[in-house]
Amino acid sequence: MKRFIYIFLLFLAVPAMAQDDIYPAKKQTGTIIIHNGTIHTGTGLVIPQGTVIVKDGKIQKVGDRPENIAGATVIDAAGKHVYPGLILTSTDLGLREILSGVRGSNDYYELGDYNPDVRSVVAYNADSKVINTLRSNGILLANVAPSGRFLTGTSSVVQLDAWSWEDALYTADIGMFLNLPALFRSPRSSGSDPVKEDMKKIEALKAFFGEAKAYLKGTERRETNLKFEAMRPLFEQKQQLFINADISRQILMAIDLAKTFGIRVVIVGGSDSYLLADLLKQNHIPVILNSIHALPTMEDDDVDQPFKTPAILQKAGVLFALNDNEGSSRYRNLAFFAGTATAYGLSKEEALQAVTLNAARILGIENQTGSLEAGKDANIVIATGDILDMKSSVVTDALIQGRRIDLNNKHKQLYERYRHKYQLQ
Amino acid sequence: MKKLLLLPVSWLLTLAANAQTTFPVNGVADPRSGCYAFINATIIKDPATTLQKATLLIKEGKVVSVGNGTPPADAVVIDCKGRFIYPSLIDIYSDYGISAPQRSSDAFDYTAPQQFSSATKGAYNWNQAIKSETNAADLFSTDDGKAQPLREMGFGTVLSHYKDGIARGTGVVATLSAKKENLVIIKERAAAFYSFSKGSSRQSYPSSTMGAVALLRQNYLDAQWYKTRPAKEGINKTLEAWNEQQALPQIFETTDKWAGLRADQVGDEFGVQYIIKGGGNEYQRIHEIAATKAPYILSLNFPDAQKVEDPADARFIAWKDLAHWELAPTNPATFEKQKIPFALTAADLKDPKTFWPNLRKAILAGLSAKTALEALTTTPATFLKIADRVGRLEPGYLANFLITNGELFAEKTTLLENWIQGERYDINAKNSTGLTGQYALRITGAGGVTEYQLEVKNNSLATVKTNEALTTKFSSDGNLVSISFSLKPTTKVIGTGQKDSVFENKQAGALIRLSGVNYGDSWQGVGANEKGLPVSWVATLTKTTAAGKDSARQVWEQPEARVVYPFSSYGNTRLPEQETILIKSATVWTNETGGKQEQTDVLVKNGKIAQIGKGIAAAGARVIDGAGKHLTPGIIDEHSHIAVFSINEGAQSVTSEVRIGDNLNPDDINIYRQLSGGVTTSQILHGSANTIGGQSQLIKLRWGADAEGLKFKGADPFIKFALGENVKRTTVTQGNNRYPDTRMGVYEVLNDAFQRARDYEKALKSGDKTIRRDLELDALVEILNHKRFITCHSYVQSEILGLIHIAEKYGFKVNTFTHILEGYKVADRIRQHGANVSTFSDWWAYKTEVQDAIPYNAALMQQLGLNVCINSDDAEMARRLNQEAAKTIKYGGVSEEDALKMVTLNPAKALHIDNRVGSIKVGKDADLVLWSDHPLSIYARAMYTLVDGAIYFNREQDREGRVQAATERNRLLQKMLSAGKNGAATVPAKPTAQVVLHCEEHEQSAGVLDVDAFDL
Repeated sequence: MKRFIYIFLLFLAVPAMAQDDIYPAKKQTGTIIIHNGTIHTGTGLVIPQGTVIVKDGKIQKVGDRPENIAGATVIDAAGKHVYPGLILTSTDLGLREILSGVRGSNDYYELGDYNPDVRSVVAYNADSKVINTLRSNGILLANVAPSGRFLTGTSSVVQLDAWSWEDALYTADIGMFLNLPALFRSPRSSGSDPVKEDMKKIEALKAFFGEAKAYLKGTERRETNLKFEAMRPLFEQKQQLFINADISRQILMAIDLAKTFGIRVVIVGGSDSYLLADLLKQNHIPVILNSIHALPTMEDDDVDQPFKTPAILQKAGVLFALNDNEGSSRYRNLAFFAGTATAYGLSKEEALQAVTLNAARILGIENQTGSLEAGKDANIVIATGDILDMKSSVVTDALIQGRRIDLNNKHKQLYERYRHKYQLQ
Repeated sequence: MKKLLLLPVSWLLTLAANAQTTFPVNGVADPRSGCYAFINATIIKDPATTLQKATLLIKEGKVVSVGNGTPPADAVVIDCKGRFIYPSLIDIYSDYGISAPQRSSDAFDYTAPQQFSSATKGAYNWNQAIKSETNAADLFSTDDGKAQPLREMGFGTVLSHYKDGIARGTGVVATLSAKKENLVIIKERAAAFYSFSKGSSRQSYPSSTMGAVALLRQNYLDAQWYKTRPAKEGINKTLEAWNEQQALPQIFETTDKWAGLRADQVGDEFGVQYIIKGGGNEYQRIHEIAATKAPYILSLNFPDAQKVEDPADARFIAWKDLAHWELAPTNPATFEKQKIPFALTAADLKDPKTFWPNLRKAILAGLSAKTALEALTTTPATFLKIADRVGRLEPGYLANFLITNGELFAEKTTLLENWIQGERYDINAKNSTGLTGQYALRITGAGGVTEYQLEVKNNSLATVKTNEALTTKFSSDGNLVSISFSLKPTTKVIGTGQKDSVFENKQAGALIRLSGVNYGDSWQGVGANEKGLPVSWVATLTKTTAAGKDSARQVWEQPEARVVYPFSSYGNTRLPEQETILIKSATVWTNETGGKQEQTDVLVKNGKIAQIGKGIAAAGARVIDGAGKHLTPGIIDEHSHIAVFSINEGAQSVTSEVRIGDNLNPDDINIYRQLSGGVTTSQILHGSANTIGGQSQLIKLRWGADAEGLKFKGADPFIKFALGENVKRTTVTQGNNRYPDTRMGVYEVLNDAFQRARDYEKALKSGDKTIRRDLELDALVEILNHKRFITCHSYVQSEILGLIHIAEKYGFKVNTFTHILEGYKVADRIRQHGANVSTFSDWWAYKTEVQDAIPYNAALMQQLGLNVCINSDDAEMARRLNQEAAKTIKYGGVSEEDALKMVTLNPAKALHIDNRVGSIKVGKDADLVLWSDHPLSIYARAMYTLVDGAIYFNREQDREGRVQAATERNRLLQKMLSAGKNGAATVPAKPTAQVVLHCEEHEQSAGVLDVDAFDL
């Protein structure tokens, strides 16, 4: 006990450590007015010196005129930019604390080929130290997905200011995740035809889907198959199948699955999606582009191919979102991917949309969030400058469901701790 | 039946018994002189000398005379009218008669425990891949089954060796005669062999290309030292053998043009000129190869066309592989053009039947027939110093020769006989004996005589003709003949476009079956008619016809692909040249006291920055409009792993002997990609797999230059150290057995290494001549003497302080702490020590030791007065280093100009090259980037990147190049498709791997074809 107290005192003695004093905010009541900021609604609209009114967690109004409401909390956004909260569309956030070397810190990859019943959210660690570093870069929601070998389970959208996973849950089980086999002869493969081998795996998957569909139509059954039961929302189109697919053949197979089973499919990864843009558009298949700060697939490819893929999809009319799954920087550079897409052909507002409203649409939560529009949750970020450009992207305020969240994080705390050591002001 | 089977074997035994003096004879002695005279032949004595209507006389396995004399009475005379006689060919790169090395099935596993010492038992070398004690002559045994295909290709003599290891011992010259080994071996130790591949050795060291180079280098020194018989070494039979072999021809196997250049360089260091076995792509760098003066051995193993019908497969084949398919057959011709001596080999051919078609392809691609013959006869004989015995037909030479029915390289020519050491080996003699023609076939049976016409096309195709079409099955070995045909024609036509339809046997009616012997112009035999009743038959030649065209002939079209530098997409036909360039009205970020200057001109001349100011005029200069754009110094990446073949020699904890500069890969596309992101200089570091890694190599991104041309000349030498988790092998799945396993041990590895270096230096200085020169310790002594500088991969504060303590104990300074994500915790101590720091902008939590990494690190360290760099350690991120620097503005409020310095001037300082690069100052190297936008903005794109005043990246030109590249790709794919349609062999599409090396640090998004270093 003595020891405990000692440690406790230590925390008091230096600027707060290890983020244990960063508290989730209380439910928002009353009115907040954000005024005088440049408002980027996420729908393509920019309102200079606009106003956002938040009431009881929801956006009540977005306008271009100053408002005065008695008793309202006022956030002065003069000279600042106001954005919808950014959304990570596919992530292992909260499931994977330390990428390598520490197996015990990881709960993201389950064993088995077919795990449709596995639910990521039950392992989501709302106290992960990574979470707060994302909030301070404007990311307020995340679609947490399980990994694994083949059919990996369901993802849920969480909001990033919570005491527990129950508390964090924003929309449960929105998507089922699937990894497609490589479907190509890798540089080192030899012997049997790897494409054929992979097609066999896909045939087996289709058989699984087929049996599940039949099982769900049946009425009387002696034994319950939890895996099949978990497939119901997918066949009822209440859930989408998120398919990790990069190369053309994988994407073609993903389209095939959508058609064969009448399910809604989202491509995740999509590095070759620019080659199939028209086909994706025709089949209404959205794409989540993983980290576009990537090298081109082939040395013959245009050196800036990953950077300009978003503009190609935009032009073709494909619904797409940008995603950050970059392990080393831990998903905090989402806004900058949108910045790069802007440098290579998107407009700034289109790029913003790719990390806000498009993301919400793909996740099926566009009625709740994704843009600054009346009636939606007040998920709002305020930055000192252009949030897409690192040189000006400092987030000063963020609201999740109207709650002003604490933007402190472990990094800021360590920064303060050592400024203290060196007596820097 | 048993008796029949035994016959050929006993015939062989007779021959063998016949030959050898010391062997007792079981039976009656049968001495023969083997005297033969081949008369009326066209004799090609050697590639330069052809005799018409000449006689070749041989006796006792040797050539007696070549000329016009009358054969002696005791000679068996063979009339060779219309025949050609050539010396049998020599394969200099064979493993005939040597059993293949036992290889472990599983590849080297990076995550597995290591093997530290050699598994070879006996008084041999410490390293299992050095096998100089191997003598192929001791392992050699004749193998008729393997000799026959070689004889069929035309070979009579081979140099055979045990193809395993880095030093492989000696090779043996033997003929392909079926005689006993004793008589077949004609030179016991003819050459010594080397390679960069450790082969079957499972010893961990070396695990990299540069490690193999280092091992070779150290072995040259060790062997020299061993001559003094150092007591401490005891008996080392490997070094003993190594020393004995140095007088022999030295043959070095490589698999690639760069490896050939690398091998030559190692040879030069020790006064050795290797004969280099090439990899087949030397034509891509022929000028560099010619400059080495190295003789070469070239394989005829040309790549097959790939199956590219499916665009989803074709997409993954890079231009360089498509173009290599087209250009590979030009390799020998390119050598000839450059007057580089070379021998040809059948080694590496997957199918021996491709030898002649491929050789003809090489000739069609420009190789002269004379040089081709030399490359298979006199040249290898000269290389091996056996030109007085084989390779030509002269008195006293081995009677190794070929009899053909035409000029050797002509497509219709058939190799008939291959005589080796005076003994005849039938290749196609019988098959070719004047079979083709029309014959009158007369069958006599109980029912009388029936006449047919038999048209013979070759030894397996003939047709019996009457008024009706008939099914014919025919075979002949030139002596025995078998014919069967049916009288009742069937309707199903199998062959199309043929006048005489050929049917499958099973579809035919009742057969007439004939069997007989070819007596020359008439054939005779017996058989059975369609009812099974006996018949006799005679076929008489009525008309001879010319041999048909080789239907398998492939259409050869001269290649159109151009050799570009480097041989890659985005290569240039000519290297970019220095120009006089005037950049007008740009915002110039000088990094000098003038700071950022608006609307300023910069003049570049002779590779240097010539003038900075307003309103500069320069006649004849190429003017680039910089209005609205920003000019900065080229970006310098302090921590990079591009442009190399290997990055980690992780087999030992101290590998200061390995050098990154030994294995640069100038073809790496990432050089070009990084130019597109404004990078001009990169420090290529060894990985972080061990505490004391290898020597670094500073390069300039001169896309297209060779390995030497990439090097940043005159820069101080550096070395990579590493601490922490990687060095402890934290991610090893099967248990680490390499010391150290803790940071305590890491500290002691350092302590021990420098103590050994200090003692070594002391001993050297004392003049002790018995000291073994140790390249590992040499590098450490350089550190102690402030002649080599450390870049140390480090993360946590304990290990940072630990290395500082070691450095201070041994009296040197740590030049740069790299990564240094906890540098902010001990920045004051680092400043006191005087080290530079180089870090990531915002990486963290990818392993335990980066749990406390913060993006404010750079800013904090800078505030403490350290020289801070931002580095990449990532082939992708390197091309956005300006953005990474910009993050220090967001995290910690660094000023814009200071942020830019973190990727330009500060790394220049840390690398001791700030007198040359890092700022825009008159007299400095013109390494410049013109950006479309504020250089710290995410919207900025490099429009021009200059290195030494030459434009290496031009965004406009890049865009145009893409169109051309697409056209060229399509042309090659179409050509490959039509080759496949025309009957060329095809293989499944093989994607081109992108090798992206990194220092075991993190996951990378490098595309689906990314191959990690540890996989190789």
